[in-house]
Amino acid sequence: MRRRDFLTLSAASIGGALVYSLDRKAFRLSAQAGPSIRIPLRFFSEAEALIVAAAASRIFPSDEMGPGAQEAGVAIYIDRQLAGPWGRDRHRYTQEPFDEGVPPEFGYQGKANPQQIYRSALKDLKGFDRLAPAEQDQKLRQIESTLFFSLLRRNTIEGMFCDPMHGGNVDMIGWQLIGFPGPRMSNYADVDKHYGEAFRPKPASLRQVTGDNNVRPSEDEA
Amino acid sequence: MKTLPPVDVVIIGGGWTGLLMAKELGTRTSLSIAVLERGKPRETADYSATMDELDYAIRLHMMQDPAQETVTFRHNPTQRALPLRDHGSFLPGTGVGGAGEHWNGQFPRFLPDCFELLSKTTERYGAKRLPADHAIEDWGVTYDELEPHYTRAEVLLGISGKAGNIRGKKIEGGNIFEGWRSAEYPTPPIKMPYFSAMYRDAAKTLGYHPYPYPAATLSEPYTNPDGISRTACFYCGFCDRFGCMVGAKGQPTNVLLPVIQTRKSVSIRTASWVRRIVHEKAGSGHKARGVTYVDATGEEVFQPAELVFLATWTLNNTRLLLLSGIGEPYNSETGKGMVGRNLTHQVCFPGAITFFEKPLNRFMGSGAAGMCVSDFDGDSFDHSELPFLRGGNLLAYSFGYKPMTSFGVVPQTVKARWGSEWKKAAIDAYDRTASVVFIGEHLAYKGNYMDLDPTYKDHLGDPLLRLTIDWRDNERKMAKFVTPKAVELARAMGAKDITPFSGLGSYDATRYQTTHVQGGTIMGSSPERSVLNPYLQHWQTPNLFVLGASAFPQNASANPTPTLLALAYRAVDAIVDRYLKNPAALA
Repeated sequence: MRRRDFLTLSAASIGGALVYSLDRKAFRLSAQAGPSIRIPLRFFSEAEALIVAAAASRIFPSDEMGPGAQEAGVAIYIDRQLAGPWGRDRHRYTQEPFDEGVPPEFGYQGKANPQQIYRSALKDLKGFDRLAPAEQDQKLRQIESTLFFSLLRRNTIEGMFCDPMHGGNVDMIGWQLIGFPGPRMSNYADVDKHYGEAFRPKPASLRQVTGDNNVRPSEDEA
Repeated sequence: MKTLPPVDVVIIGGGWTGLLMAKELGTRTSLSIAVLERGKPRETADYSATMDELDYAIRLHMMQDPAQETVTFRHNPTQRALPLRDHGSFLPGTGVGGAGEHWNGQFPRFLPDCFELLSKTTERYGAKRLPADHAIEDWGVTYDELEPHYTRAEVLLGISGKAGNIRGKKIEGGNIFEGWRSAEYPTPPIKMPYFSAMYRDAAKTLGYHPYPYPAATLSEPYTNPDGISRTACFYCGFCDRFGCMVGAKGQPTNVLLPVIQTRKSVSIRTASWVRRIVHEKAGSGHKARGVTYVDATGEEVFQPAELVFLATWTLNNTRLLLLSGIGEPYNSETGKGMVGRNLTHQVCFPGAITFFEKPLNRFMGSGAAGMCVSDFDGDSFDHSELPFLRGGNLLAYSFGYKPMTSFGVVPQTVKARWGSEWKKAAIDAYDRTASVVFIGEHLAYKGNYMDLDPTYKDHLGDPLLRLTIDWRDNERKMAKFVTPKAVELARAMGAKDITPFSGLGSYDATRYQTTHVQGGTIMGSSPERSVLNPYLQHWQTPNLFVLGASAFPQNASANPTPTLLALAYRAVDAIVDRYLKNPAALA
């Protein structure tokens, strides 16, 4: 087994509660204190995780609209997904013959699984996390039409808004950002009210809603 | 191969039609019945902790596993077909309850003339108006014959809705274009979320006839004639791709399974993967002797049976007939052979993506919550001067949207797809956008069909089913006609920004559209033009019945579940009343 890598994050940089000013500027109150936390990685090396975190932060930046991929822990989410059944193509049809050069109407027909697509693309992005943001954007624009980028973009959105049990959306910060309450069991009393007015119940995660801490995310399955 | 003790009836597939047949035969006869379901056992209680968008709406935990079996696809016979390596334009379910567990619960009937599409269209517009390569057929059953069975299906599920035509009397507020119905819906319409309510008001101002879409997500608690009680819908929004955690959405595991479980004569065997229907020559036709399947231990066994029901999800019905060598495979060049012909889908697209000033609170809703305008459905409007036949419904749904599958929609003025500009636009739009959706009729064509793929195999080594399908001018012109209507409705709703549908190009097998695929084992009144007779009985193999939307000669704009249940009810009556007394052809 390879040496386990860790992603080291400043505790204050992820999660937290969002409060909004009157002009809808989002302010994040950080929840965690302490200098840093070390998150064990399941798939990425530390260097790879830093590149993915940096790239995801350009796709979904932290800016005056509020927190982004950094605060949501998107890189942690992607690491877990790649280590799980999805990253290994466990439920994809993988019988030959494969076909790399087909029109897009047939979908992706190649052999490489998400683990391999990420790993190979990240090799070409060495040092990406140390570039200035404008240079990072320029680099991403060059690969915008690649399969890797479309996976990364999709995974970034997923990591922003997944249930926190999957590793992203830390403290439901993505849900706070867009006013999504999570798996709210009953809207019976509200569904035909609040017409034209924002109705924003406080977000709650699946484990909070069900009171069941044993709900297992699929990436933890063998 | 081990031969199991014989049973009277074997049912392949534990979804809507298979379990309906098991329930009806199990309660009305003393026949021994084995249901073979290749997925897992399932109960409503299993759904309490499944409200997870990632695992269920994106990783699709309730669906068939493409790693085991998928389909191949091409637009026309000159192309090499390639497999759908991930799920694409439709989502077949698996496990007890099948796709009836993860459905949305919309429950519209078909228009009466859909069942006589060939004769009615020819009668009104002349044969010259039919597309040159059409394969349109009459069903061999009329709406009037099916009406009582539609009613039974609605009563079974307690459908919530508002009738628009009771025995010919038109009722405002319901669908005035629908066929006659013998009774009002069992329960009143469900609550309308904001977006759908705005659509209703806008449609009225334009002179259309909006009505609440019929829903299997109950508006109020309901007990059906079998004594099955279900609660009212909570509008949590976790219908599509999820099982209902409170049982308000009618699904096979909460309306059929509890009755079946009281019958000792019915057994449901899960993890049972049927490979062949075994048959032999008998007189001038054939007789099914039973089925072979791989059981939960991985052993392939032979299950003898007197009566076989093929009730898998649509496409697999065709595949099992082809794999079993039952009937002549369709040949698109000669037009000979019936098995695999008339593959249709449904013409489904966002006619107008709308953006509003005000928030929509669109996390609330149900899979069937929506207002529908049927003024452009079927032949409800005159096509004499129009360049296409038939039509469809314009709907404003409030499914209950979740962020991973719906975040990122931005007005067309925003070109960025990532970065700060896109993020700002997508957050602004997140709860302010929704679509006026068109769901329209897909005609049958000679060139849209199924056969066995020559290259790709499933995990057991059996050939995959190959789909050859593309849109034709009729669908494209229909789309062009309805798109401005959707935009007009969106404008009347007060949308500040609208993205109209850009037009129907080629059939896109990688974009989810609907799970409503039809055809392959079509019914009809003549063995020369269909696989099944009007009682879903195989013409040449009278002890084989094929249930489900594979029997539909063509798509009929509306969603298929009510019709496939009604057809199964009609079939089981004929089986119990006539076939069991005299096992022979029913037509």
